[in-house]
Amino acid sequence: MLKNKSLISVSDLDKGDIEDIFEKADYMYQNMNNMRQNEPMKLKILSTLFYEPSTRTRLSFESAMERLGGSVISMADSKTSSFSKGETLADTIRIVESYSDIIVIRHPLEGAALLASRFSSKPVINAGDGSGEHPTQTLVDLYTIKKELGDIENKEITIIGDLKYGRTVHSLLLALTRYHVKINLVSPANLKLPDYVYKEIKNKLDVNIIDDIEQSIKQSDVLYITRIQKERFTDKNEYYKLIGSYKITKKEVEKMKENSIIMHPLPRIDEIDVEVDFMKKAKYFKQASYGIPIRMALISMIAGD
Amino acid sequence: MDRTLKISKIKDGTVIDHIPAGKALKVLNIINIGENNSISIGIKVPSNKMREKDVIKIENRFLEKIELDKIAMIAPNASISIIKNYDIIEKFSVDLPQKIIGILKCNNQNCITNAGEPVNSEFNLVSSNPLTVKCVYCKREMADNEIINNL
Repeated sequence: MLKNKSLISVSDLDKGDIEDIFEKADYMYQNMNNMRQNEPMKLKILSTLFYEPSTRTRLSFESAMERLGGSVISMADSKTSSFSKGETLADTIRIVESYSDIIVIRHPLEGAALLASRFSSKPVINAGDGSGEHPTQTLVDLYTIKKELGDIENKEITIIGDLKYGRTVHSLLLALTRYHVKINLVSPANLKLPDYVYKEIKNKLDVNIIDDIEQSIKQSDVLYITRIQKERFTDKNEYYKLIGSYKITKKEVEKMKENSIIMHPLPRIDEIDVEVDFMKKAKYFKQASYGIPIRMALISMIAGD
Repeated sequence: MDRTLKISKIKDGTVIDHIPAGKALKVLNIINIGENNSISIGIKVPSNKMREKDVIKIENRFLEKIELDKIAMIAPNASISIIKNYDIIEKFSVDLPQKIIGILKCNNQNCITNAGEPVNSEFNLVSSNPLTVKCVYCKREMADNEIINNL
């Protein structure tokens, strides 16, 4: 189904595609060490073009390809590449498509991955386009919920933090429209979910915009925390005041119901107190580790023979 | 009743009628007018259908598809008459295209189509009343005045 197709938006995937990816990811998870010997992606090359900083996404794509026996080529740094000389993305893609079998791109502008896919005969995976989408992070998020709670259906998910610029939130909400879930959105007034995303989901999801974070913490199956970006605040005192009221500490976690989990797409700054890291409900590092089987599954389904 | 014609007839050219009152200058703004084109404009002319409307008559000028598409964005109910030797030889309504390619700039400064890439802007029509379009690249929606300001 996904063979030779680009993955630009979660809208490219129906529920069946998502289940297929999870099934393949389960297989990868169980056979992580054998895959390297089997080399299903031998002689295939993945290129990573990251025009924005990344640690987990880039390393997990590269690790996934290596574990599948394939090779990786990377643009070392967008500041030292032709991008800094003013080369268009279209031209870069026309070149890179001849160097590799699959391209992973992260770019600061919305729509960049779609543009790249239109100039490439090789499949392109969107690893984040501005405040647009981040579909592979969404697959990792959904997979985490499924692995840790057994199912995604009928869960109550509270998303807290920067809902305006957070592309992981936008992609996650779009994907959750495929499931019967209850969503609570909690954010500072200046970082509310953009209208264009809200319009897409309002008739398809049970969405509640709430102020009472306390009640949501008690009744949710998933607390999904995102980073509030300091650079969005002109008044830094505002930021510190705000971060205090959104911070998840041991005290909040103790109020959460049995069998509930805390997720975060990372990097985490001040939103979750480090003492929470050692608690059973903290699943954000586990969540990051699921990035490997998910990306192994995607690469092999898209660029495999 | 005063039957005086406020705008005289044209011999050859195009009449753009049923423009919403007050939007004639916006329509004029997106049409390339040459030296040989004299123009008459009626603003807030009484109309049976619209109560008030604007009308533009352009001598020696016939519109291209891209101009008609742009007019449809400003005046979705506009009608176009092609005049030859004082007679109307063709009359039609403008049509809002389902896909709007290359005629509208995306309002989102962070959209890849505003970054000097070799691509046309591309929008899908979301609704015609109120007029709303959605950028295929960045998925942002634009409506009414935002659209007119970016034509």
